[in-house]
Amino acid sequence: MGYNSIVLVKQVPDTANITGDVMKPDGTVNRAKLPAIFNPEDKVALELALQVKDQYGGKVTAITMGPPKAAELLKECLYMGADDVILVTDHKFAAADTLATSYVLNKVIKKIGNFDIIFAGRQAIDGDTAQVGPQTAEKLGLPQITYTEKILELNNGNIRVQRLIDGGHEILVSKLPALLTVVKEASVPRPFRAKRAMAYKNYVPPQLATEDLDVDIKRCGLFGSPTKVYNIESVVLSAGDHENIEPTKEGLGQLIDKLMNDHIFG
Amino acid sequence: MDKLSHEVWVYIEKKHDNIADVSFELLSKGRKLAEKLNGTLKSVIIGDDLEKLAKQTFNYGAEEAIVVEHADLKQYKTMPYSRILSELVKKHQPRIVLFGATFVGRDIAPRVASNTLSGLTADCTDLQISDITYMKKEYPKLLLQIRPAFGGNIIATIITPDNPVQMATVREGVMEMSALDKPVDGKITKVPYQAEEIDRVIEIIERYQEESKVNLKAALIIVSGGYGMGSKENFELLKELADLIGGEVAGSRAAVDAGFIEHERQIGQTGVTVRPKLYIAVGISGAIQHRAGMDESNKIIAINKDPDAPIFGVCHYKILGDAMKIIPAFIEAYKNKLK
Ligand SMILES: Cc1cc2nc3c(=O)[nH]c(=O)nc-3n(C[C@H](O)[C@H](O)[C@H](O)COP(=O)(O)OP(=O)(O)OC[C@H]3O[C@@H](n4cnc5c(N)ncnc54)[C@H](O)[C@@H]3O)c2cc1C
Ligand SMILES: Nc1ncnc2c1ncn2[C@@H]1O[C@H](COP(=O)(O)O)[C@@H](O)[C@H]1O
Repeated sequence: MGYNSIVLVKQVPDTANITGDVMKPDGTVNRAKLPAIFNPEDKVALELALQVKDQYGGKVTAITMGPPKAAELLKECLYMGADDVILVTDHKFAAADTLATSYVLNKVIKKIGNFDIIFAGRQAIDGDTAQVGPQTAEKLGLPQITYTEKILELNNGNIRVQRLIDGGHEILVSKLPALLTVVKEASVPRPFRAKRAMAYKNYVPPQLATEDLDVDIKRCGLFGSPTKVYNIESVVLSAGDHENIEPTKEGLGQLIDKLMNDHIFG
Repeated sequence: MDKLSHEVWVYIEKKHDNIADVSFELLSKGRKLAEKLNGTLKSVIIGDDLEKLAKQTFNYGAEEAIVVEHADLKQYKTMPYSRILSELVKKHQPRIVLFGATFVGRDIAPRVASNTLSGLTADCTDLQISDITYMKKEYPKLLLQIRPAFGGNIIATIITPDNPVQMATVREGVMEMSALDKPVDGKITKVPYQAEEIDRVIEIIERYQEESKVNLKAALIIVSGGYGMGSKENFELLKELADLIGGEVAGSRAAVDAGFIEHERQIGQTGVTVRPKLYIAVGISGAIQHRAGMDESNKIIAINKDPDAPIFGVCHYKILGDAMKIIPAFIEAYKNKLK
C-alpha cells in the first residue's frame, strides 16, 4: 500500500566549525562567514523516510521554512531521492522562535495533507532546542516518538519504533499518522544519486508564502514568537588567576601538600 | 501586570520510582525564584502512588504538590502526561514552569508550551529574576533565561516578555541541590485523571533501562582526559590516578568520539555538568562546550603542553608539560606522601 512521509529539514550554520572571525567584535555571529549545511539529524530523518519508501512504497516530501537560499537544501533532498519539496519562505516568517516555526509548519503540513509519517531531526545544531518536532506534533494533534533510533516495522497503520531513553531503550507501537524525531545514530544518509543531481540541477523548488497558507500573521515570525533575545555576549576567556606549578617532583609535591591542607585530598 | 500569577512550578520527573536529582535541583532554584517573585513554589507530579514523592518535594520548599495519580499513569508516556500538564497550566497560568532538560523533559515541555502558547527556552544554564526594559516597555520581575547558543560560542539571555507563562528546561547538575533544614508544611492537591482516547495511541511494548553505574555528579574528585591523551591505553594512567586519589575518570567529547572513554563519562555542554571539589583536566584544550560542564568546580588543575590552551583560563593550578610524564610523576609524588 505504501506510506507517505513528510520530512522537516533545515539549513543551519555549521556551528561545529566556528573560528575567530565568525564572531563579530560586538559578540554577534557573522552568519555570512559560516558555511550553511544540511542539519545533520534532518539528513538522517530524510534517509529513514527514503528507507520506508524503498521498503513499502509511497512518497517522500521534504519541507523547509527559511530564506530563499534554503532552496539549495531542498535540491539536495531531491538528489538523495525525495519526490517533492516545498520551500516555505516569506519575510513575515523571519526570526521565528520554535513556537512560531511549528505554527507555520503545521499549517503547511495541513495544506499538503495525505501523510502517514512526519519525520524531523531530533534537534537543529544552531540552537539545539529539540522543540520544533514535538511542537508541530502537538499542533497537529498527533502522537510523537522522540529520539527514534530504529523503525522496526510498519503494518496495518501502526509503526513499531525503538527509541533512546535515559540509560536504555524503549520499544513503542504507535498508530499512524505520527511524528518521529530522529537521532544521528539511526542511520547513515545515502549519497546523492548522480542521475538525480543532473536531472534537478536547475530545478526551482515550489514556494509557499503567507498568502498561500491559512495563517494568522500575528502568530508568525518575530511577532508570533513569545521568546525574545534580550542580550547576547560572546564567550571571552578571562585571563584567569592561576598558580603555575612546576612539572617536577618538588612542584607536584607542593601542590599535593596544598590540596591536602585544603582537605581536598586525604 | 498584577494579574499575573506568582507561582513557580517544577515538573517532577521520576527515576526508578524516586524523584530524579534534576527535579530536586530545580526545586532548589525554583524556591529562590519564588522568593524573588514573592510567590509560591509548587511541584507537579504525574504517576501512580505519589504520596511519598509529593512529600519529598516539601523538603525542597514546595508549598503545594499538585498530584495526578492513576494506575494507567505509572510510566511516563508523552500523550497523557503532556495533555494533563497542558490542562493544568492552562487552568492555573503559573508564572514559571521548569523542566529538566532530560529525555522526558525535552519530550513533554515543547508539547505543553505549544499547547498553551507559552515561550520555552531549552537548556538554560542560569535563571534569574529581574526588572527589564524591553522595546521601551517596563517589565517587572521577568525571568532571565540564560543559555549558550551557537555551539556554545555565545551566551544568550532570553526573555518571554508578553506571555503569562514562562517555561524553561535546565540540564541535570547545572543548579545546586539544597534541601531545607526543616521541610515546609505543604499540602497535597489531588487532581483526578480522565482518560482520553489519544492517551492510548502509543503503547509501550518494552523498556530496558540500566541504572548508570557512574555518577560523575556525585564524585568529589574527577580526573578528566582529552584528545591529548592520545589513546585508550593512556587513559589507564588516568584510571590509576583516579583510583589512587579517590576520584572518577571522565573525558572531553573529543576523547569520547575517539573511543578513549565511554560516552556516559563525557563532561560538557552535551555531556554531564559537574562541580566537584577537584577537577583535573589532562590533555584537554578547554573549548567552551567543555568548560560549560566543569568551570564551577571548586579547584581545577590543568595539565597541557600548549601554554595558550584555553583551559588555563579557567584553572587554579597550571601545569605546563607532557601529560605522559606528569601523570606518572604525580602518582609517585602522591604515593610518597602516603608513606
Ligand atoms: C554543539 C557542540 C557541543 C559540544 N559539547 C561538548 C561537550 O559536552 N564536551 C566536550 O568536551 N566537548 C564538546 N564539544 C566539542 C568541543 O568543541 C571540543 O571539540 C572538545 O572539547 C575538544 O576536546 P579536547 O580538548 O579533548 O581535544 P583538543 O581540542 O584536540 O585538545 C587536545 C589538547 O591536548 C593537548 N595535548 C596534546 N598532547 C598532550 C600531551 N602529551 N600532554 C599534555 N597535553 C597534550 C593539546 O595541547 C590540546 O590542548 C561540543 C561541540 C559542539 C559544536
Ligand atoms: N525552519 C524549519 N523548517 C523545517 N524544519 C524545521 C525548521 N526548524 C526546525 N525544523 C525541524 O525541527 C527539528 C528540531 O529543530 P530545533 O527545535 O530548532 O532544534 C529540526 O531537526 C528539523 O527537523
